[in-house]
Amino acid sequence: MNMQTKPVTDPSAAATRASILTLTNLVKTFGTYMAVDGIDLAVADGEFLTIVGPSGCGKTTLLRMLAGLELPTSGEIALRGQVINDLPPNRRPTCLVFQSLALFPHRSVGENIAFPMKMKGIAPEKRRARVEELMALMRLPAHYVDRNVMRCSGGERQRVALARAFAYDPEILFFDEPLSALDYKLRKELEKELKDIHKETGKTFIYITHSLEEAMVMSDRIAVMRSGRMLQVGTPEEIYTRPQSRFVAEFMGEVNVFPVRRAGDGMFDGTRIPGRFQVAGDPAAEGFIIVRPEAMRLVAPGETVENRIEARLYNSYSLGSRMQFRLNVGEDHLIVEQLRAGGPMPDLDREVSIGWDSRDAIFVEA
Amino acid sequence: MNEIVASPTIAQARAAGPRFGERMLSAGARCAIPVYVLLALGFLAPLFAVVAYSFATPRGFDVFRTFTLENYRQILDPANTVWMSFAWSLGLALLTVAILTLVAYPIAYGLARLFGRSAGLVSVLFVFPLFVSENIRLYGWVLFFIKGGVLDGTLKAMGLPGAPEFLFTPAATLFGMVYVYLPFMLFPMVLGLSMVPRDLIDAARDMGAGRLQIWHEVELPLAMPGILIGMLLTFVLAVGAVAESKVLGGQSVIVITQDIEIAFTYAQNWPFGSALAVILTLIVGVLTVLGIGRLDLDRILGRRS
Repeated sequence: MNMQTKPVTDPSAAATRASILTLTNLVKTFGTYMAVDGIDLAVADGEFLTIVGPSGCGKTTLLRMLAGLELPTSGEIALRGQVINDLPPNRRPTCLVFQSLALFPHRSVGENIAFPMKMKGIAPEKRRARVEELMALMRLPAHYVDRNVMRCSGGERQRVALARAFAYDPEILFFDEPLSALDYKLRKELEKELKDIHKETGKTFIYITHSLEEAMVMSDRIAVMRSGRMLQVGTPEEIYTRPQSRFVAEFMGEVNVFPVRRAGDGMFDGTRIPGRFQVAGDPAAEGFIIVRPEAMRLVAPGETVENRIEARLYNSYSLGSRMQFRLNVGEDHLIVEQLRAGGPMPDLDREVSIGWDSRDAIFVEA
Repeated sequence: MNEIVASPTIAQARAAGPRFGERMLSAGARCAIPVYVLLALGFLAPLFAVVAYSFATPRGFDVFRTFTLENYRQILDPANTVWMSFAWSLGLALLTVAILTLVAYPIAYGLARLFGRSAGLVSVLFVFPLFVSENIRLYGWVLFFIKGGVLDGTLKAMGLPGAPEFLFTPAATLFGMVYVYLPFMLFPMVLGLSMVPRDLIDAARDMGAGRLQIWHEVELPLAMPGILIGMLLTFVLAVGAVAESKVLGGQSVIVITQDIEIAFTYAQNWPFGSALAVILTLIVGVLTVLGIGRLDLDRILGRRS
């Protein structure tokens, strides 16, 4: 049961591999409150799956059920085809990295990492060797072995928690937003490191977060959760370019949403923001056109464009290489993002035309 | 508005330079002066008086004018049986602590982990007896255990042979002490146990630890500060206990506190009583310092590696 190097190069390969964990109609209720409301999911062996959702969507409850810390109300959790609903956490080949990290404050870095091996009754010399190995893998300085964990920095504690989870040698690792307490720069760094470690170890990772940005960086697949249900499961590419609902689209970041209804001639009338719009493909009669800020552009007076809206330029924001504009249409506001052009900046508080090509927009049903 | 009016005054005061005394003491030290005075008069002065008395001529009141070790010589004299009282006091106190540790742990665990919303009510039930005077509660137990009392009478009424002789024995004294000092062990223990984060228990379980392993690897070491504080508090109080041996124990054993009381009252031998008190204070002090030495709060809270 040693850690092998099983690189996962192609993300789509993970999805086609045999599933290690299968959830069937999994439900958890607290009193009358439905925390997890019938989830079906198959996790492939060696996959990095991220479950994303706003706080209170049930993702932590789901993870605690998978780790064995909560009992499901109904449904099934199967590990390699074996139902493990009632298997206690200490007998599951899974390990959870807590949001609080749950490091033992009265123990040193080395003792923390060795804890799962000590529980398994592994001999002290073997434990010490493995601790050294894991500390090297997590890029922790070797002399930290005897340091109290509470004296380590946030990023170092993160690595200790990860090393400790690996010391348990689990088949699946669960992560409950372990990076949420860190500052932006360190978080970005550790996100990539985590993905590298996933590649090195070839273990199955199930990660939960409320930040889709975090999910995009690391995951082979993303599952978007809301009110105890899975809305969409797919590769980051799919979630980003083909969201199946307004919620998923809006969760990805700032987007422009146009509620529309089909008119007699195949065009769509805006029901909130006035206009006539074209939609690519064969959409339903009613829904939302979703346009990302970068798919919108300011349109010169004579220029023809598939979809056009007149708006008042409210303000502009510099994002470094790109410029973002906020425009007002009645009570609503729209966001346009484009590369910093060499030409003159448009004046504020003036009527301008903005537009987009139909193939760059996404249509979701109401 | 007030600030605008006040600010020139402060500026003037600053400009005038520090007044006398400000140069010598920080603001914090000056604020602490009333507390220092109170502690010196209310705490150090009586202690000093007791120590001074212990070196005065036996049976006299010529404190500060004479110096003799006669009182201590009397206590250490092998012919004197006062060491028995020391032994009973310390022995009973240690037994009380040992029994209370075992009795209070499950209750504390329940209060900290299991009882949930009803924990508050259970705590109140444990505190409630403290509102009634200790002596009255002990006499209540006398009525319960006495021949023809509540226990004996009930058993006889049920056709049983009746309760065994229990009252006025050392065991009854011990029972009284365990009963009286339970809350003093219980609440620091609850505090200690509730300071153990739930996540740590879950994490230990998730990483393969069984119940016993979780208890001795995680729960016990992290709850230890609370447990040790409870043990120390109970020990210090129990060494000074006197009502239990008088009321429930029926003076079947004489504890050291009672000897001290007798020296100060019936015997009117204040210097001898003072010497006993000094020795008791030293013993308890040394044991407490040893106990606190083991209570390394800094390490437990991770301020030191």
